[in-house]
Amino acid sequence: MSEQEKRVGVYVCHCGHNIAGTVDVEHVAEWSQHLPNVVISRDNKFMCASTGQEQIEEDIKEFGLTHVVVASCSPHMHEKTFRNACARAGMNPYLFEMANIREHASWVHPNDRDGATNKAKALVSAAVHRVIHHEPLEPMQVKIRPETLVVGGGIAGIQAALEIADAGYHVYLVEREPSIGGHMAMFDKTFPTLDCSACILTPKMFDAGAHPNITLLTYSEVEKVDGYVGNFTVRVRKRARMVDEDLCTGCGSCWDKCPIKVVDDVFEAGMGYRKAIYRPFPQAVPKYPVIDVENCTYFKTGKCRMCEKVCPTEAIRFDMEDQYVDLEVGNVILATGYKLFDCRRIPNYGYGRLENVFSSLEFERLTNAAGPTEGKVVLRDGETVPESVAIIHCVGSRDKNYNEHCSAICCMSSLKFAHLVMEKTGAQVYNFYIDMRPISKGYEEFYHRILSEGTTFIRGKVSEITDAAHAPDEEGKLIVVAEDTLIGKQRRVPVDMVILAAGLEPRADSQAVGYMFGVGCGDTGFFTERHPKLDPVATATEGVFIAGACQGAKDIPDSVAQGAAAAARVLGTISRREVALEPVRASIDESRCSGCRICNNMCPYNAIDFIEAEGVSRVNPALCKGCGTCVAACPSQVITGAHFTFDQLMAEIDGILVDVTGEMPLVTEVI
Amino acid sequence: MSDNGTFEPVIVGFLCNWCSYRAADLAGTSRMGYPATLRDIRIMCTGRLDPTFVLRALQKGADAVLIMGCHPGQCHYQEGNYKAIRRFVLLRRTLRQMGIDDARVQLHWASAAEGVRFAQTVARVTEEIKALGPLDWPHNWPNEDPYALQEANS
Repeated sequence: MSEQEKRVGVYVCHCGHNIAGTVDVEHVAEWSQHLPNVVISRDNKFMCASTGQEQIEEDIKEFGLTHVVVASCSPHMHEKTFRNACARAGMNPYLFEMANIREHASWVHPNDRDGATNKAKALVSAAVHRVIHHEPLEPMQVKIRPETLVVGGGIAGIQAALEIADAGYHVYLVEREPSIGGHMAMFDKTFPTLDCSACILTPKMFDAGAHPNITLLTYSEVEKVDGYVGNFTVRVRKRARMVDEDLCTGCGSCWDKCPIKVVDDVFEAGMGYRKAIYRPFPQAVPKYPVIDVENCTYFKTGKCRMCEKVCPTEAIRFDMEDQYVDLEVGNVILATGYKLFDCRRIPNYGYGRLENVFSSLEFERLTNAAGPTEGKVVLRDGETVPESVAIIHCVGSRDKNYNEHCSAICCMSSLKFAHLVMEKTGAQVYNFYIDMRPISKGYEEFYHRILSEGTTFIRGKVSEITDAAHAPDEEGKLIVVAEDTLIGKQRRVPVDMVILAAGLEPRADSQAVGYMFGVGCGDTGFFTERHPKLDPVATATEGVFIAGACQGAKDIPDSVAQGAAAAARVLGTISRREVALEPVRASIDESRCSGCRICNNMCPYNAIDFIEAEGVSRVNPALCKGCGTCVAACPSQVITGAHFTFDQLMAEIDGILVDVTGEMPLVTEVI
Repeated sequence: MSDNGTFEPVIVGFLCNWCSYRAADLAGTSRMGYPATLRDIRIMCTGRLDPTFVLRALQKGADAVLIMGCHPGQCHYQEGNYKAIRRFVLLRRTLRQMGIDDARVQLHWASAAEGVRFAQTVARVTEEIKALGPLDWPHNWPNEDPYALQEANS
């Protein structure tokens, strides 16, 4: 097709008032009529509505359009919509281009009608200049492997794994700790129903462990990820348990007899002990213990071997080494969960210094029937029952000094704590809150229940927790200092015990994990979803989904819902069997390649091979992700980046710099 | 130049698809205002930025070029932005010799979550270019000794 034969249609969207409120849309459409190759230029109230799309289809047929430009929102919003409309009219969808005059013009220049209109004209001109250099492209069809990798064995990951496994597809569930279960396994009761956490979780854990379609990889971590949607290769490091899983029966003789006691910082939140060979909790899945090499006497001194002596099945393997397992999967679900805010970061709350200040997770263990005190709520001395308890909300959340976000679960868990303390000790409970946010089903009702049970609610942010008494009744107590904002007074409340409802933070290594899987972290550090409202489980990388608290602070019901949602998305791609990949890829004109090999090292995916026999480089299209780094680097300019070619971008630059102030677009001539 | 005679610079932006283009989208959805001086072009990665694109933009009348990508270490393609840094440094050195002030070609980072940072960057660069005045490179080829200019700039 020669330059003259190209016929472009331009459509400028009002988006109701979203664009037309700032940009003179009619003028932009009229002005665009004079751009090169434009045959028809229209404005339309809503281009994305069916009438707008039909207009494009009709015009393609009636005016014989060869290329289409829509000036509306971000291509991340509706590029697909309009490409499909073009395709329905028989046009190759890649002969379409979008100009973003909403997010990048009308919405950001609301008080500058001329500026926004001129910018819109420049962006439309750029798109028209560019689109006439577009070439028809065919998306690459790739097969989807039916296996799925789920990273993280908390409730979100378990739910996702079970959904997929029940549908008949294989799942690899990777968990860093010796057992699946995550944070939920540590809790005693769940709000607002107060049903026993273990009672509802352990059946699911058992199902996941016994499911024929689930391979559990506990005490394991993902080391490396390669490939792309449908065809990921994942290397998992299985840390050495020092216990042969084929022989071990989980009888418990080994940890009964192990002479080494270690403070359990993970499962018991530092409140209890475990042995050097241990199973984190009785219902652990899998049931096999692990040897903590750092604390085991044998590994430190070469002596002991008590566990080996008592093991009836001879399952102890001191010479076991880490194993690497290579998995091939089609999709990945990240459900890596959260980390509790470290309360030591707020020194005026005294956590770690004042012994009867507890974190929420510590209290969860304290009140758990299987915990270190067998569910007795007592002070750090292990016997004194508190007569008064303060629960501080929003610790490390909703605070610009630490985390701006609301951690979503602390209001409800604080209410739960208030109930449990009163039920178990009869103590007077004070809840210090900023705002109450019991927003989900049954939560407000639970709040009213706790109110009626006699908990005192004080609205105010706690400034200090101290043991410095000012009055006789404060002697030997912890004094919670806060402004009661409802009565406008400073209050000092002496209590025996303080529970800090610590916020939820992203995992310390979320950046590194995100980097490995091609998932970004927002400014809070939680994984970024593809769209905050309409696509909360997908990510920027095709085939990688997120679920649970790794995406943002959330409670159990929401984590379960998101786990199931991510599973549904994975099942969708599996049942399609194939997925179409963007044809944005590099290719080398081998007849002009000098074989300098500069591009070989540029490629972050090792997608460019040097063909020794022919003295040229060649791109492997299955590995290329289309970044274009090699295209810009090629000294002979013989690498083409499809859809972002040299000609297309040069034309776009020329187009974006036309004179937009006059009635007609004026191209700047180079002297 | 706008109608009332004040200088409104034209800045051509090259934004990477994954971070800064999305930061610009976020600035839009969050209605964060910034001057209408930036005309942006989407590239998949700052690693795609052929230095001749920058020269072409200046040659065609842009007063400045603003390249924006993912923060170092957060590139969607792992390290394209590092390649961009290398090329940028070399390009700016070349441009200096042609009498182009450093402020006219800038490289900044904004993650997809940093709409505010994006808006602030555009506002700041706009102020800097306003202070420098129009480039009008097509008509303004420097006559001075380029090496003297380079020293003056360094």
